[in-house]
Amino acid sequence: MLALLWLTPALPLLGFVILFATAGRLPASAVAAVGVGSVGLSAVIALIITASFLTTPPEGDFYRQVLWRWIAIGSFNPEVAFRLDPLSLVMMLVITFVGFLIHLYSSEFMAGDEGYSRFFASMNLFVAAMLILVLADDLLLLYAGWEGVGLCSYLLIGFWYRDPANGAAARKAFIVTRIGDTAMVVGLILLFTRLGTLAIPELMERAPQAWPAGSATATAAAALLLGGALGKSAQIPLQTWLPDAMAGPTPVSALIHAATMVTAGVYLIARTHVLFELAPAIQLAVAAIGAATLLLAAFSALNQHDFKRILAYSTISQIGYMFLALGAGAWTAAIFHFMTHAFFKALLFLAAGAVMMCIGDEHDIFRMGGLWRRLPLAFASFLIGAASLAALPLVTAGFYSKDMILWGAWTSGRGGPALWAAGLIGALVTAIYIFRAVFVVFFGEMQIAARSRYGWRIAVPLGVLSVLALGGGFVETPAALGHVEAFSRLLEAVLPTQREVAAAPATQATVMAIASFAALAGVFIAYLVYLRRVRAATILDTSAVQRLHRFWLAGWGFDWLYDRVLVRPFLWFAQLNRDDAVDAVYDGVAFSSRVSHAYLSRTQTGRVRWYAGWLVAGSLAAIAIAVFA
Amino acid sequence: MNEASALYPALPELILAGGAMVLLMIGAFGGERATSPMLSYAIALLVVAGLAIAAMPDERVALFNGSFVVDGFAKFLKILAVLGSIGTLWMSGDFLADPDRRKFEYSVLILLATAGMFVLISAGDLIALYLGFELMSLSLYVVAAFDRDNVQSTEAGLKYFVLGALSSGMLLYGASLIYGFTGTVKFAGIAQEAANGGIGLIIGLVLLFAGLCFKVSAVPFHMWTPDVYQGAPTPITAFFASAPKVAAIAAFVRVSFSAFPAIAAQWQQIIIFVAIASMALGAFAAIGQRNIKRLMAYSSIGHMGYALIGLAAATGEGVQGVLVYMAIYVAMTLGTFACIVSMRRNDKPFEEITDLSGLARTNPAQAFVLSMLLFSLAGIPPLAGFFAKFYVFLAAVKAGLFTLAVLGVLASVVGAYYYLLIVKIMYFDEPAPAFDPMGNALRSIVAVTGLFVILFFAYPGPLVEAAAVAAKSLF
Repeated sequence: MLALLWLTPALPLLGFVILFATAGRLPASAVAAVGVGSVGLSAVIALIITASFLTTPPEGDFYRQVLWRWIAIGSFNPEVAFRLDPLSLVMMLVITFVGFLIHLYSSEFMAGDEGYSRFFASMNLFVAAMLILVLADDLLLLYAGWEGVGLCSYLLIGFWYRDPANGAAARKAFIVTRIGDTAMVVGLILLFTRLGTLAIPELMERAPQAWPAGSATATAAAALLLGGALGKSAQIPLQTWLPDAMAGPTPVSALIHAATMVTAGVYLIARTHVLFELAPAIQLAVAAIGAATLLLAAFSALNQHDFKRILAYSTISQIGYMFLALGAGAWTAAIFHFMTHAFFKALLFLAAGAVMMCIGDEHDIFRMGGLWRRLPLAFASFLIGAASLAALPLVTAGFYSKDMILWGAWTSGRGGPALWAAGLIGALVTAIYIFRAVFVVFFGEMQIAARSRYGWRIAVPLGVLSVLALGGGFVETPAALGHVEAFSRLLEAVLPTQREVAAAPATQATVMAIASFAALAGVFIAYLVYLRRVRAATILDTSAVQRLHRFWLAGWGFDWLYDRVLVRPFLWFAQLNRDDAVDAVYDGVAFSSRVSHAYLSRTQTGRVRWYAGWLVAGSLAAIAIAVFA
Repeated sequence: MNEASALYPALPELILAGGAMVLLMIGAFGGERATSPMLSYAIALLVVAGLAIAAMPDERVALFNGSFVVDGFAKFLKILAVLGSIGTLWMSGDFLADPDRRKFEYSVLILLATAGMFVLISAGDLIALYLGFELMSLSLYVVAAFDRDNVQSTEAGLKYFVLGALSSGMLLYGASLIYGFTGTVKFAGIAQEAANGGIGLIIGLVLLFAGLCFKVSAVPFHMWTPDVYQGAPTPITAFFASAPKVAAIAAFVRVSFSAFPAIAAQWQQIIIFVAIASMALGAFAAIGQRNIKRLMAYSSIGHMGYALIGLAAATGEGVQGVLVYMAIYVAMTLGTFACIVSMRRNDKPFEEITDLSGLARTNPAQAFVLSMLLFSLAGIPPLAGFFAKFYVFLAAVKAGLFTLAVLGVLASVVGAYYYLLIVKIMYFDEPAPAFDPMGNALRSIVAVTGLFVILFFAYPGPLVEAAAVAAKSLF
């Protein structure tokens, strides 16, 4: 059954080809059937493969499928080959399954849009590219998927291209991630020139033999790959594109944030973890960047008015948690959080999309309010998603994964309690900002007319994701709570288990209790400030706090800073450089080309005797060359 | 029986030659009405011949006392040539449907030309080389003037004939010099004697090359190309640009490696000179052209320059590069010419590049594929044309010919200008009236070549490896 592997990316790719080739000539029902069906079938195949993989694990716990040799130039002969191991298995399963639910939701959400077919073509390509990325056995193929993901994000963020603002957001996403991609390409070239291959297993085998831990080359290679990961995963300093990426339709945001794109960086680091372990400085940087990003983004999320921007900053923050875990060496925890995050973040986006659809596309949360009565399903799903994001103890999936990360940070040899403290503060703020959204949007006074009008294709994904956002965490529970280890057992074969600092079970329970308390405290603070509006909350209206609010609203001024430091000087220089010497050189080339064209075309007289003369002259010249050379 | 089966390696040639005779009979009795069915018969014959070639073994087999050689190299190039011929006939349907041009000889001439190419590709001595060369050329002279009521077409045919006769004479004179100085016409025999042939042999070699250069239209033997390409009817121009180029390049490569390996240093210099001159002229002379067929003439001159870079490298990798280049070149050329053939309004052909204005709005699918073909001709990655150039440049660099590779890259930059200009006209200029709808035959050629050009990068293996196998059979 494992031989079906190639079908998982091939089916969405086929869907894309069909939709692209028919260019909108299919009726909407056929478009939906192709668009949703291809990803659905792919999910079914992923499930079959998973079942087969788990019941009869292949030898060495991986399955390799070579499709064909891509190209052969000297020693550079990459293959188009897929590799299924527990890591890519988890990724594949989440991508296809969550991707399918988002597609199903979109088939109703996007109904009536004039670009219906174009939308599903890009969505299918997005899923296909992401699957190629995670299944690739070779960094070159991985990079092909990586760029495909970047292309699709551009197409989908700028989906409603008639509004120039959307086009600008799409360009921003593309250019900012491209900065990271450039670093990554340089990293790939470095790896190939130094280790002579781009096949991932060989790379991971040769790297520790060729480079001692902490050597300069290993550090450079890890740093360059990290650059790529920062761009795609929207971490500091390349995080600025993600909030603007909200310009795309809501299901696109769900797909980018939950199943594809932003998790690519996490996957890349986990996949090449050997390199990062050879470069402790870079791994520490991963943890530090993760910690800084999760705090920064959490405070920004606390101050947003736009429903989707809250969720966008929340994604940046949650990916920060994953980076923190990767940096701390808690590899499994990062992938575990990726999975639970995919469930609850998709749920939050789809629920938010359903809400906004029912109130006439209003994005400002302060113009909503009291919606829970009118939109019970959207409310219930959003509440579940929010609870999972806030990591409310025991009943939510987010609790178990976040707890695993915090415990990993606590016991990690690097950073230790400092990383843990950052994660803990983040957890508190996370609970505040997401329940701020819950209280402001769904409670309080009704301010806007709402009409519930979603059908089963929206309801079913919300229901399924709700179940997963609650129950998806029970595959891995801490020692004090049942001690289930199914998930880490599965990933043991690919990711190293964390070197645990000896700690008493009591410590673990205490740490967990503190984290649970932080989450509950966050919810309570949000309740006091945004629903009860206690007197102390008036402090929010003072001018100092307002200034801080504006600063955080603007995402810590990164856009402003980049605009002043990079964009404007660049544009200024480009303007200045308009008629520079380099330009003159090219003008000169064009001019001399035109002149030589004029002379050469004059030789073409149309006279046969002149042509015959050329034949003879040419032969004489050739004889002269052959004789005298 | 035994003798008959010994002829098996020459089966494709026999199929074409015999088939052409039969078709001539059918035409003689059927008259004009037979034109259209004969086109299908001719295509069927070419397909059968192609299958017969594909079924041949890769090992070297020599017939007729070594005059006729079948090996992996011949197989590869014959299949290319036959694809070029099939493509030409495939797109000629509308052209022959015109009452003035309903002449059944057309298919017969193409078949005979293809048979000539086969002999040329398989030639193992100078006699066979000349025989194949003339069979191909004579047929080409006639088809160039096929639209005989059209002044331009007759002018093209006449010019081509006069200059072609001159070049044949030079080739023949070169062959006689070579025979005179080595005492043999067999390539293998010449190879043994070449080292002590002296200056007379070199002059003979140059004259032989001059004849071949004329057929591949390499500078400075290219002068006929723009006039003939422009004057000949478009499907025939497509034919000139594809199959005969393959055959002439094949003869070029085979002669160089099997007859003159001993004086490689000398012919390498000539090829380098010719390649640089062709690339430069193909780039610079084309930029001001307004007629798309004339433009394609310069384009093909330039492309032959790139292909010859692989020969100049004088290595196995170089030959592999030439073969890959020719395969991709044939696909790009057929696709582009199919688009040019379809430039018709009210059944009248249009040939100016400004006629393509705004094609992106009147026929977006065609505009898209044509732009891909043009991008590929310009050598822009990841399209097939990039890989074609890549392999020959790689071979040149490995052979130490850095200047040649750098000049090639520079010429392709200039060349990119005129390809991109057409794309710009199609996408950004005000739309001209729409063309007549494309027939299914043209559409299928455009689709197949377009897909090949776009998807080649994903799976280049089979073609590149087949070329490597074919190249190996020469060494």
